[in-house]
Amino acid sequence: MALLRCEHLSLGYDGNSIIGDLNFSVESGDYLCIVGENGSGKSTLMKTVLGLLPPLSGQIRMSDGLTQKQIGYLPQQTSVQKDFPASVWEIVLSGCQGGCGLRPFYNRSEKEKAASAMERLHISNLSGSCYRELSGGQQQRVLLARALCATETLLFLDEPVTGLDPKAAADFYQMIEKLNQEDKITVIMISHDMQAALRYASHILHIGEPLFFGTRQEYLESNARRSFAVKGGAPV
Amino acid sequence: MNILEKLSLYLQYPFVQYALVVGTLIALCSSLLGVTLVLKRFSFIGDGLSHVAFGAMAIAAVLNFTNEMPLVLLITLIAAVLLLRTGQNTKIKGDAAVAMISVGSLAIGYLLMNLFSTSSNLSGDVCSTLFGSTSILTLSRTEVWLCVILSVLVVGAFLFFYNKIFAVTFDENFAKATGTRAELYNLLIAVIVAVIIVLAMNLVGSLLISALVIFPALSAMRVFKTFRSVTICSAIVSVVCALLGMLISILAGMPVGSTIVAVNIAGFLLFSVISMTGGKR
Repeated sequence: MALLRCEHLSLGYDGNSIIGDLNFSVESGDYLCIVGENGSGKSTLMKTVLGLLPPLSGQIRMSDGLTQKQIGYLPQQTSVQKDFPASVWEIVLSGCQGGCGLRPFYNRSEKEKAASAMERLHISNLSGSCYRELSGGQQQRVLLARALCATETLLFLDEPVTGLDPKAAADFYQMIEKLNQEDKITVIMISHDMQAALRYASHILHIGEPLFFGTRQEYLESNARRSFAVKGGAPV
Repeated sequence: MNILEKLSLYLQYPFVQYALVVGTLIALCSSLLGVTLVLKRFSFIGDGLSHVAFGAMAIAAVLNFTNEMPLVLLITLIAAVLLLRTGQNTKIKGDAAVAMISVGSLAIGYLLMNLFSTSSNLSGDVCSTLFGSTSILTLSRTEVWLCVILSVLVVGAFLFFYNKIFAVTFDENFAKATGTRAELYNLLIAVIVAVIIVLAMNLVGSLLISALVIFPALSAMRVFKTFRSVTICSAIVSVVCALLGMLISILAGMPVGSTIVAVNIAGFLLFSVISMTGGKR
C-alpha cells in the first residue's frame, strides 16, 4: 500500500481553488520532486498534505501506522528565525517535541537521537553555536537534523536550497540522496531547480500546465514528445 | 541618617515589604514570557491589552457594575487569545493587530466614558490606567497573596511547558506538522500573558508592564545566544532592575513605575555596551 495517496484533491485558500482534481501517490522509498511555476500552489500542496491547511475537497490518505508524529518537515525559513537566539542543540532537540506528548522534558533516547542526527549531517561540532550566526548552508543542515529527529520514514522539504551557493546546494542534494538511498527515507521535495530535480528524483509531480505525475523517465519522455510536437521548442 | 539606616527603617513597614514582594514577582513573571513575546513580534501587547482593559472598564462603568474586575479580566483574556492564538498564520501581522485593537478600544472606551460617565475627573481616570496609581504601595494582604499564587502558577506553567513554548515560538508550522498541538500551546501562552497583564496593570500601570515585558528580554538578547541563557538572564535582569528601581524610588521619593523603567533603560544600555565590546557567549 502507498505511504501517501492523494485522491481528487482540490486545494487553495479561503475557498479559492488553486489546484483542482490532483491525484498522486508516494510509495515507500520514493524521491518525489514537486515542480512548477511560482504561485502554482506547490507550498500550498505541501501545507495541505501536512495538515496545516484544510483541503477544499478530496482525500489525503496515509498508510496504516504513519501518523503525524512520524513526519519530518523542513519549512522555508521565517523572518522570526533570522534573529532568534537559540543554540543548534536546542533547535535540533526540538524536533523530538512531537513524540513528547505532555512530558515536559526530553528523555535520554531523544537526546541520543538528536546527537546522532547531528552526527549524520556532520554538524556535531556546531552543537553550542548560535543558530543566527551560522551560514545559510549550515542553517539548512540544522533544520534538516531537526526534521530527522521527527522522522525515520517520510521527509518533506520546501525549497531547501533557496539562497544557498552552488557548492552548499550540491552538498545538500547529496545529503538528501544519501538519506534516501542508504537510510530508505522517503523524500518529498518542492524544488525550483529543474536540473537537480531531474537528476535526483525518482518521481516528478508537475503542478500547473500541464499537470503531470509519473516517474522521472516518463516525465522526460512526455517532455520530449511535447517539444517534438511544437517542433523543437524548449522543454517545459 | 545615612542611607542604610533609612532603608532598614523603611523595610520594617509592611506596605514596603508588600511592594517589594509583588514588584519582584511581577518582574519575574513578565520577563519569562517577554522573550517569547518579543520574538513573536508582540512587544507592544502589554500596551495593547491594557488599552483593551481600559475600554472594558469604561463599559463596566457605563453599565454601573460595582465590581468591574471579572468583566475586565474576561474581555482582556478574549483579546489576548484573539491576538496570540492565531500565531504566524494570520493575515494581519502581530504589530498591526495589536495597534488596531489597542487604538480601537482606547477610542471606544474614551467615547463611552465621555457620553455616559458620571465621573468629574475623566482625564485623571485615563492617566491612572496608563501610568498606574501609586497602588503598588497601597496593596492589601489579600492582593499580595493573590499575586503570589498567580506568580507561582505562571512560573510553574512556564517551567513545565518550557520546551513546548520554545518549539512553538521557534517554528510553529514545523511543530504543528510533526504532531505538537501548537494551537493549544499558543492558547496557553495567550492566557498566561493576559493574566500577567491584568494583574500587573492594576498594580503598576500599563507603562511599566510594557517595559517589564520588553526591556529584560532585549537586554538579554544583546549578549546571550541560546534560548535558555537568554531566558535565565532576562529573568535575573528583570528582578534586579525592579528591586533596584523600587529601592531607589522609595529612598529618593520618586514615582515607582517610572524609576523601574529608567533602571531598565540603564540596564539595556549596559548590555548593549557589553555586546559591542565583544562580550560574546
